[in-house]
Parts: sequence; structure tokens; C-alpha cells
Amino acid sequence: MNDRVARIRGLIEGAPSAPGHDGGLLHRVCAAATHTLAASGTGVSVMTEVGARGVYAASDPLTERMEELQFVLGEGPCWDAFALRRPVLVPDIEEESPGRWPMYRPAAWEGGIRAVFSFPLQMGAVRLGVLDVFRKRTGSLRGDEFADALAFAEVTMTALLDRHEEAVMQGLGDSLDDAGEHRAELFQAQGMVMVQLGVSIGEAMVRMRAYAFAHGRRLDEVARDVVARRLDFGSDRP
Amino acid sequence: MITVSVQQLATIFVEIADTLVDEFNVIDYMHMLTERVAGLTEAAAVGMLLADQHGRLEFIAGSDENVTLVELFVLQNEEGPCLEAFRTGRPVVNVDLGSAAARWPRFAPLAVASGFQAVHAFPMRLRRQVVGTLNVFGETPSSEFASGDVAILQALADAATIGLLQERAVARGEALSEQLQGALNSRVIIEQAKGAVAQAHGVSVDDAFTVIRDYGRRHNRRLTEVAHAIVTDPVSLRQVVEP
Repeated sequence: MNDRVARIRGLIEGAPSAPGHDGGLLHRVCAAATHTLAASGTGVSVMTEVGARGVYAASDPLTERMEELQFVLGEGPCWDAFALRRPVLVPDIEEESPGRWPMYRPAAWEGGIRAVFSFPLQMGAVRLGVLDVFRKRTGSLRGDEFADALAFAEVTMTALLDRHEEAVMQGLGDSLDDAGEHRAELFQAQGMVMVQLGVSIGEAMVRMRAYAFAHGRRLDEVARDVVARRLDFGSDRP
Repeated sequence: MITVSVQQLATIFVEIADTLVDEFNVIDYMHMLTERVAGLTEAAAVGMLLADQHGRLEFIAGSDENVTLVELFVLQNEEGPCLEAFRTGRPVVNVDLGSAAARWPRFAPLAVASGFQAVHAFPMRLRRQVVGTLNVFGETPSSEFASGDVAILQALADAATIGLLQERAVARGEALSEQLQGALNSRVIIEQAKGAVAQAHGVSVDDAFTVIRDYGRRHNRRLTEVAHAIVTDPVSLRQVVEP
């Protein structure tokens, strides 16, 4: 089940960086997602609980405008995906009820957008932003496209979380999907490390990933050691 | 043999209907249902599994959440009553676990070792689609369902599925994917909270779940709300063990 995330990583690695941009990882995420999901554009916006928000990367100028417009108007799918903590999938923006995004919807339509799919960049209680996928034609994401989009969101989430491009791309078997049956343990360990170090829940995952990276170990193994109390980030100073 | 109490059943259906108009959260809703079904059938444990975009059955809520029980739920992606109910769309009921080792070589012995004697699984159906399963474990050989009980539990499983999609007036295909992803993320929050409580209060992760659940009950707060507060607010993390 980790094949998908590994494949998506490969696509991101091979994606061209946008001209005029610094070629950062998230620009390549947008380019690769746009291509893979047969989209007209993809944007990543950063949003935090305390109000900092803005467009972080976009595949093209129109998408960047469509992203920015949501912040200007204070409404749109990325707001909903962030607030509801789940994807917002709109295969036909015309069919949405008129009360939904009364200002954003006509503006998106003007820009040629017909469908939009927003994925929160989150891991439990950690929320960092939203990945928006736009299309100029109506229609649902196919099952495999939906799964791919979730994988793009996961890689983006990881990239935003620790900003360590090398670690993100090498992966080290750190995909959340890799944990498989032990997913629950991974997040339990995250909660434990949060308390051990007195850091935020997001930072706890960064520390666990950094530890796994530095010791050449799999993240799920590290998590299992934490839950079994064989490893304590507080006292062992790893 | 169990005979479901009509009065209890009526209460559950009202509760389901009430959830539909209240602020909706998949995990809280599913959690409420597993607890009610456990009460109704006097089952030792009840769980709900929902299929994700890969067709994998994900554990969503349980009347109890100890490590072995969760393992029993997860194992059913390979074999077990839930996988059968999920694939066939039909309930699997009254299976004597003691003589099911040939049918489910890994699942049955583990379930027996966990103290269960009987198991049942009901498909959660939405029109022709099966979106998940309701899993019921009994501790005694007499935890068998009569045919009337089977019909009632199947109706409950179907009502639960409809409730899952209540947020939208017209249930689009997308609504289910949206809800499921939201539910999976809520599950992650609960696991993060279990870890935080286990570490902060020196208890096992199994006991941490009980601590969180009991705190929610005492203060009439939702499980996901309490879990989120624990993970994001150190004061809540301390308070959760206070009476």
C-alpha cells in the first residue's frame, strides 16, 4: 500500500519546477499533481489555527489567482476543507447550492473553473493548510485519482511539517500508509513524544522523523519502541 | 439467545434521528452506535469498520478499544466475518468461534484467546454499495441472535449508513469519501490523545482510552472534542484525570 506514495514521490521528483520560482518542492508538487490528476491547476495554501494564511505555491498564474481569491473573499472550498477537517469534493461547481460560496463561485466560474477538489493538509490534530485541485471540466475524481490526490496531500503535509526536503523525498519508509496495521501506534507515539518533550503535536512528529532519519530506522519501529516505553525522547535525549 | 428490547431499540432510533439534526461528527456518531448496540445485545464488544478508497476496512469506532480488539478488527482485512459480510453484502451471524479455525485460521484463534465465543458481522449498506461493517462479539455461547434480532441489527447497520450521509440533502458519491476521510483523521486525533494521556498520567494506551471516554461522559462532551482538547491544550491534558 506504500507503492502509491512512493510513486507520487517519484512523480514530484521528476516534475519541472515552475519558471520564475525557486524550484522548491511544493512548486513541483503542484506541477506533478496537475499532470497526474488531469487538472487545470493545483495550489497549496498555508493556513494556521491562529490566522496566518496565504498561497504557498501554485502551478500557474490562474490557479494562484483562484487560491488568493479565496483569502480575499474569505470563502471557498479551501476554507471548508480546513474547517471541516476533511476533503471537499465539488465535481460541478454549478450544481452546488447557491448559498455555498456566493462570491467565490461566480468568480471561479468566470476564471473557467468547473470543478474543484480541496484536501486538508492534516495529521490528526495538526492542520497546516490545504491542497486545491482545479479542473476546467465537470466530473468526479476517479477512485485512483482520489487516492493519488490523498497521497499528494500526504507528501505535501510532510514537506510543510518539517521543511526538510531530503528527508521528505527519501521517505525512509516513513509514509503513514507504510505503518499499515501499526498506524494507531504511530499516532499514539506522537502523542507520547509531545508530552515527553513538551512540544506541539506537530513538532513531535518532526522529532520522531528526525530521529528515525538520523538513526537509519523505520518510523514505525521507532513508534513501536516509544509505545512499548523502550524509547523516551525526554530522558534519552536522542 | 438474545431478544432485543423494544424500548431500548426505540431509544436508539430516536438517538440516531437526533444525531441527524445535531452538529454531526462521524466518529462520535459511530461511537454512540457501537455503545448502544453493545448495550442492546449485551455483547462483549462492538466495532464499526468503514472501507477506505482502497477498499480497505478501517477501524472507526469501538465500544471498547483495547489493543487486541483493535487487532481483531484490523485482521479482518485478510479474513473474518467482516470481510465476508463486506464482500457478500449479507450478515454473517452466530458463528461459534471455537469451531471456526478452519474458516478463519488467524482470526478465530485470536478471538478465542481474547475471550470471545461468538461473532457476528453486518454489512453497512447504501443501496447496492457496502460501505463498511458492524462487528459484534459475544463472550458466551448463548450470545446467539434469533432471526428477529438479525433483522433488527441489520436495520440498525443500514440506518447508521444513512446517518453517515445525512449532511447533504442529496447524497452524492463524493459525500461518503469526504466523511470517511474526516472520520479517519478524527481517529488519528483519538490515537494522539491516547498517547498523550498514557504518557502524562503513566497509564497504558488502552486505559488512556477509558480515561478519555469517561471524562467525556462525566462532562457530557464528545469523544473527538475531548481528544482534540487533550492534544492541543496542556490544561485539558491535566484535567482529564481530575474527577
